[in-house]
Amino acid sequence: MKNDFLELKELVKIFGSGKDTVNAVDHVNLKVKEGELVTLLGPSGCGKTTILRMISGFELPTSGRIFIDREEVTSTPPNRRPTAMVFQNYALFPHMTVAENIIYGPKIHGDASHTAKKRAEEVMKLVGLEKLGNRSPSQLSGGQQQRVSLARSLIMEPKVLLLDEPLSNLDAKLRVSMRLEIRKLQQRVGITSVYVTHDQEEAMSLSDRIVILKAGIIQQIGTPLEVYAHPDNRFVADFIGKANFLETVVTQVISDEQVVIDLLGQQLTIPVVKKTFKKEENALLVLRPESIILEKKKPDTITGMIHEIVFLGNQMTYIVEISGQLITVEMSNPQECECFQKGEEVSIRLPAKSLHLLPWEEK
Amino acid sequence: MNSYRNRQFQEITGQIKLIWKEPILFLFIVFIFYFLFTFVVFPIFQVIRYSVFIDGQWDFSNYLAIFSKRYYFQPFINSIVLGVCTATIGTIAGFIFAYALTRTPLPFKYFFRLTATFPIISPPFVVALAAILLFGRAGTFSPWIKNLIGDYSIYGLGGLILVETIAYSPTAFLVLYGVLEAIDPSLEEASMDLGAPRMKIFSTVTLPLATPGIASAWLLVFIQSMADFGNPMVISGDFRVLSVQAFLQITGMYDLPRGSTLAMLLLIPTLIAFFVQKYWVSRKSYVTVTGKPTGATIKNLEWYIKLPVYGSCIFYAGLVFLFYGSIVYGSFQTLWGVDSTLTLKNYVQMFEVGKDYLIDSITLSTVATPITGIVGIFISFLIIRKKFIGRGLMEFISMLTFAVPGTVVGIGYILAFNQSSVIMPVILTGTAWIIILLLIFRNMPVGIRSGIAALQQIDPAIEEASTDLGADSNATFRKITLPMIAPAFFSGLAYSFVKAMTAISAVIFVVSGKWNLITIAILGFVDNTQYAHAAAMSMLLILIVLLALGIIQFLVNRIGKGVRTTDIIG
Repeated sequence: MKNDFLELKELVKIFGSGKDTVNAVDHVNLKVKEGELVTLLGPSGCGKTTILRMISGFELPTSGRIFIDREEVTSTPPNRRPTAMVFQNYALFPHMTVAENIIYGPKIHGDASHTAKKRAEEVMKLVGLEKLGNRSPSQLSGGQQQRVSLARSLIMEPKVLLLDEPLSNLDAKLRVSMRLEIRKLQQRVGITSVYVTHDQEEAMSLSDRIVILKAGIIQQIGTPLEVYAHPDNRFVADFIGKANFLETVVTQVISDEQVVIDLLGQQLTIPVVKKTFKKEENALLVLRPESIILEKKKPDTITGMIHEIVFLGNQMTYIVEISGQLITVEMSNPQECECFQKGEEVSIRLPAKSLHLLPWEEK
Repeated sequence: MNSYRNRQFQEITGQIKLIWKEPILFLFIVFIFYFLFTFVVFPIFQVIRYSVFIDGQWDFSNYLAIFSKRYYFQPFINSIVLGVCTATIGTIAGFIFAYALTRTPLPFKYFFRLTATFPIISPPFVVALAAILLFGRAGTFSPWIKNLIGDYSIYGLGGLILVETIAYSPTAFLVLYGVLEAIDPSLEEASMDLGAPRMKIFSTVTLPLATPGIASAWLLVFIQSMADFGNPMVISGDFRVLSVQAFLQITGMYDLPRGSTLAMLLLIPTLIAFFVQKYWVSRKSYVTVTGKPTGATIKNLEWYIKLPVYGSCIFYAGLVFLFYGSIVYGSFQTLWGVDSTLTLKNYVQMFEVGKDYLIDSITLSTVATPITGIVGIFISFLIIRKKFIGRGLMEFISMLTFAVPGTVVGIGYILAFNQSSVIMPVILTGTAWIIILLLIFRNMPVGIRSGIAALQQIDPAIEEASTDLGADSNATFRKITLPMIAPAFFSGLAYSFVKAMTAISAVIFVVSGKWNLITIAILGFVDNTQYAHAAAMSMLLILIVLLALGIIQFLVNRIGKGVRTTDIIG
């Protein structure tokens, strides 16, 4: 069992003063294990970057404490913390070459020795920059600059690596390949990392665990699979992937793990995870678009009408109207599936395992 | 070879076709070139000619004479020494101010910014006048300082460095403010994140990135200090500098060749400094000044940084207040240093004597300013948006006056327009026109520069969109381009008016009995040790300039949005 390596305790950050204050970070508790990559995910203004800047020391928390490797660093200045940050815009020193940028950290600590230089070479090799040492940052592509920034942080062998939306300045294809690369590198080096992004796909693809934030408050912490399959609330369900929400009522509680709900006259038995429901309680059914199956109209089923059709090549998206509500349905491999026409009546099948029930919540 | 010729030929015919298509534009270009050659190149050429031609022969005896005698050569060394000292101290002062305003949580930033830039809108020699009022023979602080350090004189190198630092460090401040503001604070954060303490961040990141800016600021202050005429005229004492010596040679001794030669010695270093700044230093720059502030993060600055930086800012702001305060106070004194009864009689007397000067100054500046602004914006439009043979030359010539010291220009105007010539058949000397033309061509570079900056920021696609929607190029210019460059136009206007009202070094050569200027009247008062009158008139001049800036600001607010007067001056 690996121990908790980075710990945030009741972290609060309030910006502004007097009446004009913003609770950017609101009582955040988080434990990150050694070698783990945790992503802070949320829309802009959710406080994720502020948390990162508090871990690195650029912001001081209003209250709360930060521990790295069981040592409190809450008020340690940034230059004495065992953290290294990869900045959103890379922040490469334009007046230094790639190699000078990378060896900057060791030099600042008074280590310009042969081993430091050797380590710089190793790090450059690690990120695939071995031939670019003498270039200046302005002569590099965005992806290469990104690697320099990463190498400059890695050479410090920080206890915690912090990455602040490191891929947001790259184009879409490069972003995908770089995130795989970062993940591989992080696992190879085994470095504890905190990664900030607003891109849920990025978070899903490279994290051990995801922390979802909204208005400075943690909404859910879990593995990518957990937060996708069992979101804790409507916000998380909506933010991670696509989701349809249908209002429903619990008609029978079978056990702690199974309830029956009424959905448009149909009684459905569905599993419940981490939640308890009472009979007659209003609830919210989360339907992932890809888990819904459309079929030719049959009697005694939930029926709907095709409202809109969008063909996307690898999938067909149907907007289906069910008793006044519109839901989105995605069917993959459209060439092999039955196709429906606009205005056609269809039956809707909902596989019980992929349904998820949330307590009732206003939008 | 043949194809090359062919291409050249095609290019030329293409240009001719263009003339055919836009004949008015072509005429404008010809006119502008004529005026630039006549009023920028020709006068400088005359100065050069007078210094190296004697009776139609190449002859370097003027130069030999100057370099053979220490007495003649000394002003050259003095000017360089003064320029180096002022540039160094002024750049340091400007840097501290710019650092405080961009990198520390200094309170009352707007106030400090205003204080740091205020000397720009006042006539430069007002600072020298204030120095005399404060530290001169009958100065307020003189007895106290004499007690402290013994006998001293404000007249000379020390006094000059003091007043020129106050007068020209705002230039350094504005350059460095732009540079420091443009340095991404995340670079400094990255340095800190990698373990650098405050001093190391400064020495390994901030300072190296600002170095080209510092060099630029240094060279610009050096040029201004070398070219300064008003301050040395008032306060140089026995410390002879080139600008004043050239002036005395010409107006006192009527020795045009020797005056021209001294002017050449003044011109060469400033031109070198200008070209180094423009073509070498600015290319070394790592930061592009985009005008987009980067939201510096200022967190937990240590007291040992805050204390000296804040201290310097307060000291410097205090100095500026002290100097300009002494002008205000002095203007109400019965007799400075002797009778300190407050009185308004200085204003009454000053007005009686100076009314004509004042009217002339306002009239000539009011005529020159709009022409400067319109021609300036038009030239910048030609340079950025039109293609024609000689475009680079046009930019070069129109920028040239910026680097040429006023003294050189003034002497050049005498030499060029005292007699009729092929390119200017009318004798201009003694008329109002020579002053107006001088003001126009001396103040135009800044208008052109701000016009170019404004035009470069406008995406040509916006103008193309207008054309695409059916507007011809004329309508596009009026309806789209013009409103968008209006702020630059008005800032050009504000600058030229301020400079026209406070001009002295060049115009002093071309004023006449009929047409004279307020700055020269003030200099006359100072010469006669009528300091109170000089102070009163300086006050009036500053108030007029502030009023004019207020009016222009009002116009800008009505037309465009978001340009402040401080920005206009900057």
